[in-house]
Amino acid sequence: MVKSVSLHAPLSAGDISALHAGDLVLLNGRIVTGRDRVHKYLVEKRPPKEEIPFDLSGTILYHCGPVMKKTDSGYKVVAAGPTTSIRVELYEADVISLYGLRGVMGKGGMGDNTLKALSEHGCVYFHSIGGAAAYLADRITNVLGVWKLDEFGSTEAMWHFEIKDFPAIVTMDAHGKTLHKEIEERSFSKLQELIKK
Amino acid sequence: MLKLRDGIVELYKKVATSLPPDVEEALKTVFPGEAEGSAARSSISIILENIRIARETVRPVCQDTGVPVFFVRVPVGLSHMELQNTIIDATRIATEKVPLRPNAVDPVTETNSGDNTGAGFPVMYFEETSGSTLTIDLMLKGAGSENVGQIYKLPIGELNAQRDLDGVRKCVIDAVQKAQGKGCPPYIIGVGIGASKDQVTRLAKGQLMRKLNDTNKIPELAELESRTLNDLNELGIGTLGFGGGITALGVKIGVNHRHPASYFVDVSINCWATRRGRLIW
Repeated sequence: MVKSVSLHAPLSAGDISALHAGDLVLLNGRIVTGRDRVHKYLVEKRPPKEEIPFDLSGTILYHCGPVMKKTDSGYKVVAAGPTTSIRVELYEADVISLYGLRGVMGKGGMGDNTLKALSEHGCVYFHSIGGAAAYLADRITNVLGVWKLDEFGSTEAMWHFEIKDFPAIVTMDAHGKTLHKEIEERSFSKLQELIKK
Repeated sequence: MLKLRDGIVELYKKVATSLPPDVEEALKTVFPGEAEGSAARSSISIILENIRIARETVRPVCQDTGVPVFFVRVPVGLSHMELQNTIIDATRIATEKVPLRPNAVDPVTETNSGDNTGAGFPVMYFEETSGSTLTIDLMLKGAGSENVGQIYKLPIGELNAQRDLDGVRKCVIDAVQKAQGKGCPPYIIGVGIGASKDQVTRLAKGQLMRKLNDTNKIPELAELESRTLNDLNELGIGTLGFGGGITALGVKIGVNHRHPASYFVDVSINCWATRRGRLIW
């Protein structure tokens, strides 16, 4: 990656306001995973913070269902790229406000509700590298714990990871800017041209 | 059948952990075209490194090891049912051994079977051939790209798409424009045209098994494939949707006869991590 900013999670409000759509970043520190089932559970059941074994405030919620391998010394990450974020659009704004996340990470971008929540609560959307599962797994240096493993299974559970130099691109910032909308609009005008041909 | 079972486990391993050479080559040609310092260029370089790491460490290229889709061509006299059972056994073993991510979820109980087998899982298509070789093609179809596929029924007013091959081109452009970066571009596109919905969807999937340099034998379709690919690359969606000059690596189109009143077009989208392979027995 070129000219990357290094960040360390948990992130502060200051870290977030300094970020702008288009920034390349290298993430470090402690993050959690969560995809369809975690989001549905958090919003429908609203478990109190004490029920969740890790502190979510200031952290990054990574949309990822990893391939994990159980070994004698605990769990090992085999492959861990991002999943498509738009599937949890229905829940994300609530999750950000209820649990104080500073970052949401996945692929493909998110919708207007999430964009609004990013501005209101000081949070950003990090776009990870879709499909780069082995490369990204190698940047997860430690598996710190897991929540809801028995109930949700290893793909859908919330994993607590320590990461180092984990690359991502800020595509939606806390200032209301989204790269996805720009690219979508530009490609839509192009589509209009191409179907006239 | 035991030896064959082990052969299928090996096929799973190869398909999950390495990209077909034609796809890897195509990705390498994208890299120099993207601007220095751009998100597209940075991510392509990570993607290429990921492919190398996955192959060298024998780990899945992508954590979504997908829905396994088998296209099997069977010589006369071999039992389809026995082959089906052998593939299911191999799937259980491969899930543990490669490992693959367990992806088969029962929609009623919401439980994951844990071994990638279940009702209609993996997907298997059998076809009898006159030759003496058994050919097993496997694609691991990731869900991110599967979710952005579309089926169309021509004509479509808002796309100015009539019931002709140019209408098909417009469907493909529309599907990719709607997909944006959600299914991990640069994409490979399979298209099926024909009389019924179930048939065109299967036909489109089958097109994804064709190598990128495979030229369509029907000249009109070869031209349509190449024109549509050029159009897709004008959309500017780029690698992973970050913007850029390459949005797709290939478009492959198959046709069946259609009903005079029906013109179905299925657009099946595959991610850059297109994983396919063949076992000849």
